[in-house]
Amino acid sequence: MNKILLVIKREYLSRVQKKSFIIMTILGPILMAALFIVPVFLSQMSDEVKKVMILDETGWFHGKFENSDQFTFENIYTDLEAGKASLTEQGGYALVYIPRTEVAIPTSGMIYSNKQVNIDLKSYINNVMTKEVERQKLSAEIFKEINRNNPGALNIRGDSVTPESIRSSEIFKNIKTDITLTSIQIKEKGKEQKSYAEASMGVGMFAGILIYFFIFLFGAQVMRGVIEEKTSRIVEVIISSVKPFELMMGKIVGVALVGLTQFMLWVVLTLTIVAVFQASMPDTLKKTQETQVFDQGNRLPAGLDKAQTPEEEAPQNTVSLITEALGSIDYGVMIFSFLFYFLAGYLLYGAMFAAIGAAVDNETDTQQFMMPVTVPLILAIVMAQFVIRNPEGPIAFWFSMIPFTSPIIMMVRIPFGVPYWEIALSMGILTVTFIGAVWMAGRIYRTGILMYGKKVSYGELWKWLFYKG
Amino acid sequence: MIIFSAKNVTKRYANHTALSNVSIDIPRQSIFGLLGPNGAGKTSFIRIINQITGPDEGELFFNNQKLNPKHIEQIGYLPEERGLYKKMKVGEQALYLAQLKGVKKHDALRKLKILFEKFEIEGWWNRKVEELSKGMQQKIQFIVTIIHEPDLLIFDEPFSGFDPINVNLLKEEILELQRSGSTIIFSTHNMASVEELCDNIALINNSHKILDGTVKEIKNRYKTNTYAITHEGMDAPIHTFLPGGAELISHEAYENGHRSVIKLMNNSNPNELLGTLLPHVTITGMQEIIPTMNEIFIETVNAAKSSGNKSLSNSALSNSALNNSTFSK
Repeated sequence: MNKILLVIKREYLSRVQKKSFIIMTILGPILMAALFIVPVFLSQMSDEVKKVMILDETGWFHGKFENSDQFTFENIYTDLEAGKASLTEQGGYALVYIPRTEVAIPTSGMIYSNKQVNIDLKSYINNVMTKEVERQKLSAEIFKEINRNNPGALNIRGDSVTPESIRSSEIFKNIKTDITLTSIQIKEKGKEQKSYAEASMGVGMFAGILIYFFIFLFGAQVMRGVIEEKTSRIVEVIISSVKPFELMMGKIVGVALVGLTQFMLWVVLTLTIVAVFQASMPDTLKKTQETQVFDQGNRLPAGLDKAQTPEEEAPQNTVSLITEALGSIDYGVMIFSFLFYFLAGYLLYGAMFAAIGAAVDNETDTQQFMMPVTVPLILAIVMAQFVIRNPEGPIAFWFSMIPFTSPIIMMVRIPFGVPYWEIALSMGILTVTFIGAVWMAGRIYRTGILMYGKKVSYGELWKWLFYKG
Repeated sequence: MIIFSAKNVTKRYANHTALSNVSIDIPRQSIFGLLGPNGAGKTSFIRIINQITGPDEGELFFNNQKLNPKHIEQIGYLPEERGLYKKMKVGEQALYLAQLKGVKKHDALRKLKILFEKFEIEGWWNRKVEELSKGMQQKIQFIVTIIHEPDLLIFDEPFSGFDPINVNLLKEEILELQRSGSTIIFSTHNMASVEELCDNIALINNSHKILDGTVKEIKNRYKTNTYAITHEGMDAPIHTFLPGGAELISHEAYENGHRSVIKLMNNSNPNELLGTLLPHVTITGMQEIIPTMNEIFIETVNAAKSSGNKSLSNSALSNSALNNSTFSK
C-alpha cells in the first residue's frame, strides 16, 4: 500500500511539474475568462445610437438624462402599457420606467427592452438617478442643518454652513442612496419554458463533455506513461520492487489526481481572472455582477409589486429564468453523480488505456487497439445530442445503462431529472464493469509490459488474461 | 549455507518452455554465474527469483523460507535492458527507486550521497537523466540496485556499456559487496569475467540445466590430463619417445625452442611423462592445460545440441572440440 502511494506521488509530481501542464493550467483559464469578458466588450462596441424612452412618473429626473453618442433619451408622458406599446412601435431600444412614489424618495426603476439590456445603459441610468436623488437629499439636509445651527438665518445659499459642520453631521450617511434597477425583457409567452429547458441542456451537456475530455485527455496520458516505461525499459526495475498491478493502479490514480488538480486550478484561476477584471473595470463588469446578483435574487423592489399588472408576471428576466431553471436541478444528485461518473468513467477507460499501452511497443502501434476505446466514447457524445432532446426515451435509457457510454449519457440526463433507481442501476453496472476492466487490464498489463518486439493480436491479448502469475 | 534454492522449477509460455525441471542452489556469499546461450531461459529464471513471474511447477526458497513478497526488499536486480525515467532528475529518481525497495527517505538520501561520491557523479544530482551519457546512466542504475543493501544481488550483464576503468571500479565494488556478506548472481556471456569473479556456476541451455558446480570443480572435471611442455633440443621427433598411450596433440618449433602439447592416458601422471622426456630434451617449462570457461561453455552447449538436448554427463565430452578450441591460440 505504501508503495502504491509512492507510485502515485511520482506520477503526480512528475506531471504537475511539466511545462506543458503549467502552460495548460494558465492558458485554460485565460480562454475561459475571455469567454466571459469578450461579449461584454463586444456589446459596448456597438456604434448605433439607441433610443431610450423615459417614463418618469415622479418627475424628479426630468431632463437629467443627457444624450450621448450611444443613447438618446426621450421623455414620454403616458401610462406604462402605452409606453411599452410605443416602445415596440417606434423601435426604441428600451423604456425606463420610474414609478410614482407616494411619500418616499424614488429609489427604484425598471428597464423594459426587447433584448438583453446594455450594461452601459443600466449603469448610466443608475448613476444619474443616484446623483439626482443624493443631490436632492443633500439640499434637504443642508436646510435642516442651517435651521438647527442658525434658527434665525434662512440663507438659502448656506453661507454659515461650513464644510466642517457638514462633515461632522450625519449628512453623508443620510444621503447615501441605493437605486435598484430591474431589467425586464419583453417577450412573448411560452418562451420561458424554452429557456428553462435550455439551462438543463446546457448543464447536462457541459458535464457530459467535461467527462468526455477528461477521459480522453488523461486516459491517453496513462497510456503514454505506460509506453514510456516500457520503451525506456525501466519497467523491469520497477516491477522487481512493486507488483505490476500496484504500478498500474498507481499510475491511473496519479494521473486522475493530475486531472482533478488541473480542473480545480482552472475553476479557481478563471474566477480570479474574472474578479480581477471586474475590479479593474468597475464601470462595466462590476455593474454586470451587481445587477446579476440582484436579478438572481429575483427580488422586485418594494412598492413595485403593486405597480405590476397581472400580464407582466409572465414575461420575466431571462437571467432569473435561467437561475430558476438552474435552481430546479437537484444539485446534491448532480454533484454526487458528476463526481462518481467522472471518476468511475475515467477508471474504466484509464484501465483500458493502460492495457493498450502495455500491449504495444510504441505509440504508433496503438491504433489497432484504440478503436474499441474511442468508438463508445464518440458514440456517447453523438448520442448525447439525441438524448438531450428526449431524455426519457429508450435510447437515453439504454445508453445510460451501458457502462461504456453511461458516464456521459447519464450526466446529460440528470439535469432533467432521472429516477433514482435508474441512477443506482447505472452506477452499479458501471462499478461492476470497471472492477472487471481493471482486473482484465491488470492481467494484460502484467504480461504486456515485459513483451517486446512482438505485434500483438486480440487473440494474444485474450490468452494473456489466463496466464498464470 | 544456501541462500536461494530452486527445486524442480518449470515455467511454460504459450509456445515454448522456458525452464524445465531446473534445480539450482546458490551458496551464501558466493558469486554465482548464471550462464547459458541467448534464449536459454536465464532471464525467465531471474524473473522468477524477482517474483516478476511465478513458476508453473516447482518450489523456491529464500533463506530457507518459501519465497514470498517480503523477500523483494532483500533482492536487488540490475536487468540487462536498462532504463530510467528520462525526464526525471537523477537524484529524485534514485530516491524514488530506493524508496520503492523499502528504504526510508532519510537513509536513502544519506546512502545515495556516499555512493554518488564513490562513483564520482555527485554533481549530477539535479540533472535530468536524458542529459547523461550511457555510462553515467549505468552507474546510476548500479547504485539504485545496491542501495537497499540486499542479501541477494542479481546482475545481468553488468559490464556492458562501461569503459575499462569503470569495469574495474564495478568489479571491485562487486567483490566488496561479496566481502560484506552479499550473494551475487551474475549472468553474463563474458566468460573471462566469469573466470575472474565467479565461485559457482550453473549453465542453462534450452530450458535445461546442463551443468553446475564450483568453477574449480568444473574445471577439474573438464581437464583432460593434457600438458604443454616447452623444451630445447630434440634428438628425434618427439612422438617417438612418448610413454605408452600418450598422444602428441601439437608441436611447434620456435627460434629458441619447441612447444609440444601432450595428452596422457587417464591413469598416468605427468611425472612419468617427464621421466621419459628428460633423456631426450631439455625441459624449460611444463604446464597443465586447464580448459577455460569459454571452452567448457561452447563444448557443453554444442554437446547438448548434438545429443538431442538431453542433460549430459561430462563423459560425453568429445576431445576434438576441446582440442580445437584450446590450441587455436
